[in-house]
Amino acid sequence: MFAPAPFLLKDVSVSQVMIQVCVALIPGIAAYASLVGPAILVQLVIATLAALVAEAIMLKVRGKPLALFLTDGSAIVTAWLIALTFPPLAPWWLIVTGTLFAVIVAKHLYGGLGQNPFNPAMVAFAVCIVAFPALMSQWPSVGLQLGLVEQMNIILGWAPRVDALSGATPLDAMKTALKLGEGSFDVTTLLANQDIYGNFAGRGWEWVAAGYLLGGLWLWQRKLITWHVPLAFITSMTVLSGALWLYNPSQFASPLFHLLSGGAMLGAFFIATDPVSGCTTPRGKLIFGAGCGLLAYIIRVFGGYPDGVAFAVLLMNLSAPLIDLLTQPPIFGMKEKP
Amino acid sequence: MLMNLFKFKGGVKPPTNKTQSVTLPIAQAPLPSRLVVPLHQSIGGMPQPVVQAGDKVLKGQLIGKADGWISAAVHAPTSGTVLEVAMHVQPHPSGLDALCVVIEPDGKDEWIAHGPLDYAAMTPEAVREHLQQSGVVGLGGAVFPTHGKLTASKTIPMEELVINGAECEPFITCDDLLMRERAEEVVRGIGIFRDLLLPKKVLIGIEDNKPEAAAAMRAAVQALGETFVVVQVPTLYPAGGAKQLIRVLTGKEVPASKRSTDLGVQCFNVATAYTAWRAIAHGEPVVSRLVTVTGNVHAPRNYEVLIGTPMGELLKLAQPHPDTDGIIMGGPMMGFLVPDRQVPVVKATNCLIAHDDRLFPPKAPEMPCIRCGACARACPHELQPFEMYWFSRAKNFGKTQEYNIFDCIECGCCSFVCPSRIPLVQYFRFAKSEIWAREREKNASDQAKTRFEFKQLREEREKADKAEKLAKAAAAQAAKKAAEAAAAAAESSAAPVADTASAPTVTTSTDAPSATTMEATAGPRAAPENDVKRATIEAAMARAKAQREAAQPKNTENLTPEQQKAAADIEARRVSAHLIEPEPVAPAPASEKPE
Repeated sequence: MFAPAPFLLKDVSVSQVMIQVCVALIPGIAAYASLVGPAILVQLVIATLAALVAEAIMLKVRGKPLALFLTDGSAIVTAWLIALTFPPLAPWWLIVTGTLFAVIVAKHLYGGLGQNPFNPAMVAFAVCIVAFPALMSQWPSVGLQLGLVEQMNIILGWAPRVDALSGATPLDAMKTALKLGEGSFDVTTLLANQDIYGNFAGRGWEWVAAGYLLGGLWLWQRKLITWHVPLAFITSMTVLSGALWLYNPSQFASPLFHLLSGGAMLGAFFIATDPVSGCTTPRGKLIFGAGCGLLAYIIRVFGGYPDGVAFAVLLMNLSAPLIDLLTQPPIFGMKEKP
Repeated sequence: MLMNLFKFKGGVKPPTNKTQSVTLPIAQAPLPSRLVVPLHQSIGGMPQPVVQAGDKVLKGQLIGKADGWISAAVHAPTSGTVLEVAMHVQPHPSGLDALCVVIEPDGKDEWIAHGPLDYAAMTPEAVREHLQQSGVVGLGGAVFPTHGKLTASKTIPMEELVINGAECEPFITCDDLLMRERAEEVVRGIGIFRDLLLPKKVLIGIEDNKPEAAAAMRAAVQALGETFVVVQVPTLYPAGGAKQLIRVLTGKEVPASKRSTDLGVQCFNVATAYTAWRAIAHGEPVVSRLVTVTGNVHAPRNYEVLIGTPMGELLKLAQPHPDTDGIIMGGPMMGFLVPDRQVPVVKATNCLIAHDDRLFPPKAPEMPCIRCGACARACPHELQPFEMYWFSRAKNFGKTQEYNIFDCIECGCCSFVCPSRIPLVQYFRFAKSEIWAREREKNASDQAKTRFEFKQLREEREKADKAEKLAKAAAAQAAKKAAEAAAAAAESSAAPVADTASAPTVTTSTDAPSATTMEATAGPRAAPENDVKRATIEAAMARAKAQREAAQPKNTENLTPEQQKAAADIEARRVSAHLIEPEPVAPAPASEKPE
């Protein structure tokens, strides 16, 4: 009989970690569902099924134990993050394509769980927004109220993609308006349009962001994430957007608008905190989080894409190994004397 | 007294499971049927057996003599007969055998003559020597010979003496009970350490889950009028690690590359202090120790156990449940399953835990690392276990050392918190042992290389010496010869002495002809001069030939065939042993053998 010490182990497992991440996403999902209707739930189901099928096939191909790895929950987290970042009424095959690419290419071809250098969900987003830019930019118009059946029909392609779908996210809408307007619009008058922008950052969207914030704080309280990445992300985005906003409030929206729009909160708490593709040292996490926040802001404001979180995270994923190498903390007994 | 305590990073809080074994006082374990006393029970040199099968021994009689300074003596735990001095399986995860003295007790438990020492009159050297002869070693588990830690650094003043009564491992309570019941002797033992090291302060650290022990120690310190400070430290595994306790009590961090005395601090376990006092005040060597017997048993308890008692016999006293499937020696965090139930209790045995699947459920299968960093946050040495794991797994041992793998104390905190169930400590042990093995190999090959290079150097030097001597001898010969020839031809010729003296160098074995020789052969000369020279050369060669023949080894000329054969055999052996290069059996020309 051979079993190495320690004989006592804490009651933790990978699947427990993943399940808790899913639980933490629920407040955001609830707010999202109340905003756009059941479509998002349909998308979550489609993404989950696609992810599990892809995971099972790849595990089989790679000769890994199916039951052990299929239940680890990592594919479900990836699927949910994909569903939450894609447009809720996107056709089913779009989300399936993204999910398959994430699980098969971004995850398993790099060695599976724990081996992927890039966040699989963000790879899926980047691939689809480059390959299908129009579909990835079609968000339901504000106030569009469709029932489950109508939404299902749109997602499954049984109904024409109605004009109501050619909406944009508040973030995208503002950027387009500012660009097209050539100075005839300013942020203050745009924001006065309560139909699109709500009180802070897009009608209803601030509640989704608040849901993610709540779930993220719970993850932090459960010690599944540390404060470094979210705090650095939020701080860097606040500082940069705040500086530009103070410099020219008519051309640049306030920090609050940016923090509560698009994928900022989801990115700060659920995506940039992915341990596999992110940094691991405390100082490295600060750099990683700050880099994500800065790049996300720069890309979403000055770049050509509606949001910058995905590309920001992928770019920082690239730098993570180097950052980790350069930020190794001093060990016990080897610290400089204060 | 209010004291500023420090914190160490990381640490974990496993369920302590200590209450089960503290309800009953310490009991004396009965004499077992047979004692198997391993000779190597401490770090350092392996003690040499001084008894043999059939010898009668008394309790406390020396059976293993310390080998070198870092080594400690071993004694007979009871009176009886030595059955054998033989290899037996050891309480070590390897399951390897080592030399043991097997004693059959005679039941009388009769002590060898012993008595208190005149401590006041003893020099520090004598105290250290006596502790070594009494087999006093660190009883916290590391079993480092105590006398070896009792010399203060000459350059760094000893500031704090830390006494470790933290006992942070779950299940273990032997130090707790020792402090509760024998606090006074512990404190007196600490006094000995204090006298030898002369620290500015003595701090006794006890985890705050042992209030009774702390109270007993405080009372003893007060009763004896000492100034030691008893400090209750927060219960956090591994607060009882020497380096962690030093950090908590003094704020100092001892890295792997330094000794604690370099930082003016030294640390001993409470049980070690107790045995040191017994050795000085009663002349008793270490022949028993306290062992917690707990886990899957009906009656967990602490026993005073003779060294060498088979663990199975000891465990029976606590009435293990029938589903017990193994014995853990040590705690559940750093202990190991013993390879056999009959392995003996040794000085490092502080606890036996009856193992079963209810207390220690089988581990879930290992998953890939998800770099969650829980291990890094739990590591009390602030290492990056997951990085060391990647590199250990990849057998990239150089990288594991860059990530300070040798600072790892194998406390098990990382494995404890790992959601992927990776036996991280196992990987680190593997990496460390591989690095040690490679270093040993490298040292061995380096040594062989050095030896080989030295041999080559020596042979070349000998060759050069030989050639030089030869050249000198030949030159001298030729000069003498030339002088004679010159004297003979003096009447008819006026040959320059310098020329004739240099000419014979042609006959020497030196490869490069000297400048004068070149001149002599190339330069246009008068015919009579050349004739004289040729005559001189021929005469020199003839003389050399005659001399060579005369110098044939004489002692081999009249040998019997037997003697010749013996000589040839010796020669062959020397060749096969690489003592000399093989040489032709026929004697070399005498001219090459300088006389």
